[in-house]
Amino acid sequence: MYHVVIPKIGAATAWRTAARGFLAAQIPPHEICWQEPGTAPELFAHTQALPPTGDIKVSRRFVAMANSVVWHRDRDRFAHLYGFLWRLRDAPHLIGDHGDPHLARLRRMEKNVHRCQHKMKAFVRFREIGDPEAPRRSFAAWFEPTHHTVEPTASFFARRFGDMDWRIITPDKTAICVDGVVSFSAGQARPDLPEDAHEDLWIAYFENIFNPARLKVSAMCSEMPKKYWKNLPEAVAIPNLVKTAPERAEKMARAAPTLPPLRAERMKERLAQGNATDGALPSQTSAPRQRK
Amino acid sequence: MTVKRKLEILSDAAKYDASCASSGSSKRDSRDGKGLGSNEGSGICHAYAPDGRCISLLKILMTNFCVYDCSYCVNRVSSNVPRARFTVDEVVDLTINFYRRNYIEGLFLSSGIIRSPDATMADMVRIARRLRKEESFRGYIHLKTIPDAAPELIAEAGLLADRLSINVELPTDAAVEAYAPEKSPEQIRGAMADVRHRKDAAQDRSHRGRRPPRFAPAGQSTQMIIGADGATDKTILGRSTRLYGDYKLKRVYYSAFSPIPDSSAKLPLISPPLQREHRLYQADWLLRFYGFELDEITSTTRDGNLDLAVDPKLAWALEHRALFPVDVNKAPKELLLRVPGFGVKTAKRIVSTRRHCYLRYDHLLRIGGAMKKAQPFIVAGGWSPGSLTDSACLRARFAPSPEQLTLF
Repeated sequence: MYHVVIPKIGAATAWRTAARGFLAAQIPPHEICWQEPGTAPELFAHTQALPPTGDIKVSRRFVAMANSVVWHRDRDRFAHLYGFLWRLRDAPHLIGDHGDPHLARLRRMEKNVHRCQHKMKAFVRFREIGDPEAPRRSFAAWFEPTHHTVEPTASFFARRFGDMDWRIITPDKTAICVDGVVSFSAGQARPDLPEDAHEDLWIAYFENIFNPARLKVSAMCSEMPKKYWKNLPEAVAIPNLVKTAPERAEKMARAAPTLPPLRAERMKERLAQGNATDGALPSQTSAPRQRK
Repeated sequence: MTVKRKLEILSDAAKYDASCASSGSSKRDSRDGKGLGSNEGSGICHAYAPDGRCISLLKILMTNFCVYDCSYCVNRVSSNVPRARFTVDEVVDLTINFYRRNYIEGLFLSSGIIRSPDATMADMVRIARRLRKEESFRGYIHLKTIPDAAPELIAEAGLLADRLSINVELPTDAAVEAYAPEKSPEQIRGAMADVRHRKDAAQDRSHRGRRPPRFAPAGQSTQMIIGADGATDKTILGRSTRLYGDYKLKRVYYSAFSPIPDSSAKLPLISPPLQREHRLYQADWLLRFYGFELDEITSTTRDGNLDLAVDPKLAWALEHRALFPVDVNKAPKELLLRVPGFGVKTAKRIVSTRRHCYLRYDHLLRIGGAMKKAQPFIVAGGWSPGSLTDSACLRARFAPSPEQLTLF
């Protein structure tokens, strides 16, 4: 029995190196025990030295899939991947067989990871932790992804936020980017990030871009599942928006049409004469006149 | 007035623009450390409002002062909504600071018409120029173009922005003239044609083989309001088919006419026809990605409107049962695309998988077809619909059950 521990950081490379060695040495899946760090070694598992890594030929589509599946939360992901890789030796066409249950399961895991990465790109919310006037501004975020997606997603943030330093802290892993160089360290508990005044503006935007006449809570929840809400600043506004929406829509429908403000006539005349001037006229605060 | 108050007013005024796309532009990033932002092809929806719409861009009006009097619009000159106006600095600052906190993909800037169309457009272009040149912003910018603005302003806008859009507003010219008296449908179409020509011209290489800078790389889009006038779905889809063809639009957005604060007496306030909007989008997709012709979809409509109870593809299949059931192991891809419950991805997967094995019903489940819907229309290993395909009550399986009318 072989016993491999795949580290948390660099799991993709570690798994690939190990799998390459096993496959080159023709070790079948049932002789390998794949483990995450920190789990107790299996009873009676006596460890053999791993075979040296070898050269093997595998479909590019498998490699792309494996590079995502290794970040899944499922403890058995490494074994599943190797099991399928073993089957691919004699039947390389299996990688394109959408009817195969084993592949279907791996594809489902791949999809879970992709979705988790996508949601991470969308829902990480930075707060400024440094001086806003500094040449390189610095930001930090606390995030709780469903899968181990910090490492494969960090490069996205590096490509996007090239002129600032940032860190994304999760319970499982921390990604830090300083001067464009990304590094990873162990996970941390939720830190106390300083208040950020722009959060207030963002919530104001979120509240006002919502149209109360089109309330569709289930559509929102399917794309922005509730598990993410605790780390989204704008989510605090949701309950009240949902509660007041029917009433607001009804109020709009019931309100009697008002008379146009005084400036409307003047501006229409000017427009007709072809010399419209600035619309910023002082009547902006006057109360609407009700049509009797 | 504080920036927060302005943001409240000017985002409230912008919410009736349906587009929030941030996809399909040129690829770029800021790995060089000299700028901010990236664009990687697919857009990202950073939040969802309780109306189920995604929030991808900071969608605001530069100002909601407007000299026009379009009845359907919350910002028309005769409306009593509170008014505000952003300065160039304020818009730039909000965009950059929201972007750095990962709230948005970029900016969608629209505006009421103040002073003159040229002056308004010039201010919008100034904001885009500041973002691109001074802030080195590489995120997404969508500018709503003013139809009668000067050509050189449109030319500059196209070089700075990822997408330009001009709203056709309503499905027919008659409706535009009735409800948006200051706007001219010919002028709107002229402006769309101008954007198309500039975009086409930017594809041509010079005699040295060099490409000119790209013009509006994410293309142009438009929006029309549904349900404010009496246009039928047939008219609407006919109009959008011509728009896609004539101006190479990336998208036509349909926006269900929705009650607005301080509405005009000219238009009735009804609850927005959301289901109709949904069916129009489905038909739009069938036309663009499923190989349907316009008259195939409109032939199934009664009185010119799509069936609200079942989707347009199912409605078509129910009328053309002689073509079904389709054998998933033999049928060409074009026919697979016509099966209700099969999408573009499913059809592609069926074609690639059946090279290796004979497809059975449970294969299709794994491939990801919506099998409940597809059942009556297909034959696969271990599955035959029998008389189901031709049964008289097939429509009733899919349509929502009829509701008891209330007496009050």
